Amino acid sequence: MKSSLSTKHLLGIRYISKNDINLIFQTAKSFKNILQRPVKQVPSLKSLTIANLFFENSTRTRISFELAEKRLGASTVNFSASSSSTKKGETLLDTVNNILSMKVDMIVIRHSSPGVPQFLSENISANIINAGDGTHEHPTQALLDAFSMQEALNSKLEGKNIAIIGDITHSRVAMSNIMCLKKLGANIKLCGPPTLLPKNIEKMGVEVNFNVEETLEWCDVANVLRIQLERQGGQKGEKTSYFPSLKEYAETFGINKKMLDKLGNKIVLMHPGPINRGVELTSDAADSEHSIILNQVENGVAIRMAVLYLLAGNEAFSETKI
Amino acid sequence: MKEILDQKHLTITLKRLCKQLIENHNDFNNTVILGLQPRGIYFADNIVSYLTQMLPNINIQYGTLDATFYRDDLMQRKTPIIAKETNLNFSLENKNIVLIDDVLYTGRTIRAALDAITDYGRPAKVELMVLINRRFKRQLPISPDYVGKQVDSITSQKVKVIWGENDLENKVLLIDK
Repeated sequence: MKSSLSTKHLLGIRYISKNDINLIFQTAKSFKNILQRPVKQVPSLKSLTIANLFFENSTRTRISFELAEKRLGASTVNFSASSSSTKKGETLLDTVNNILSMKVDMIVIRHSSPGVPQFLSENISANIINAGDGTHEHPTQALLDAFSMQEALNSKLEGKNIAIIGDITHSRVAMSNIMCLKKLGANIKLCGPPTLLPKNIEKMGVEVNFNVEETLEWCDVANVLRIQLERQGGQKGEKTSYFPSLKEYAETFGINKKMLDKLGNKIVLMHPGPINRGVELTSDAADSEHSIILNQVENGVAIRMAVLYLLAGNEAFSETKI
Repeated sequence: MKEILDQKHLTITLKRLCKQLIENHNDFNNTVILGLQPRGIYFADNIVSYLTQMLPNINIQYGTLDATFYRDDLMQRKTPIIAKETNLNFSLENKNIVLIDDVLYTGRTIRAALDAITDYGRPAKVELMVLINRRFKRQLPISPDYVGKQVDSITSQKVKVIWGENDLENKVLLIDK
């Protein structure tokens, strides 16, 4: 296996190879061991400064990236759009160039507009890691999901049946997940209301099923996605244009523990968070023994450490720095 | 290409190093043998197996350490090194550690290993055992406590330690690149 990534940036799963994914997993495994130690830090990136630019709200991803950076010994600066000069009308490129002129080596960026990480990678020299861009991609989430699946099933994902259930249209997690799992050779079935499934999605090589119970019976792993209330065009979620009501969604596509218990096989239940409890998952399902939701969060730090470490160790990185 | 140690001499050397260890560590009560990944573990495996033969009634604490993430050359290398397993089922606090690697050259790997060790506890003492000590081109003030063989070599040469499927194939080569 080649021991360096084929890319200088992590813009999306679509741009990386199967070898890249496996290399990230292998490295993440080593970092996971480091995270079990009393001293959870190594000095690999102590000469680097990393800026976390979050133009969109985030709890998990931002803390996870920040912890990953600190546990690699890097210095970090955090930026959130709500308290910055973007409010005064500064352009994105100006904001980022200003931050870079303070000698920042890598940028982790989340933005509500798809393509922002790609745009930055074309215009600035620092390495970019996409932490979620609109409905486009969320590569580190897809990596940690697939890594957690492998760990839970204790096997490679080739030939495994993975269901992705919920709001596929608005989910960057779904897009990145589908591409990552396809590259690893898994079978994928999508399930959700027709209004929340993109047209012609079958062309990505996935199956579609509108019955959640059938889908659960078929799969080894169910990755349940959040109903993205902020992208439904409704107020506080109660009035949405994609499905009649949250109650109806919960009754048709929501998953509860009873449904999990009566399945022939024991399946693995996942959710990228934050959970709308009582909508896509009931509390008893989310907290059941099927669920590996908190393992996903734990693995997130190790995966992000691996991505940062491998990008910094890439030949292209040293060329731009030295 | 030159053979520095053949199978016969390598066995004599391994036994001599074990006796030196026994001389200094008696019953290995507070001693930990630590093989350094990736190549030091084969040498350490051999040392531990001879020690066990010589001291059948003594339980020797043996672990492996990977210091990849403590290296200082991540951004100078062409490709990152893939870390191997660190296997330590015991604390290093107040232990006498015998750190084992196959070839000592610039000393940078050992520097990284010493940093890694301190993140697992504060040992009472750390000693270094190497099979081959390449005396020249040391870049840090690091010297071994137990040496299999000194080798005076130039930068363009490479020392290769080969551990075969069985002991008969073990040997150390000096290769001109």
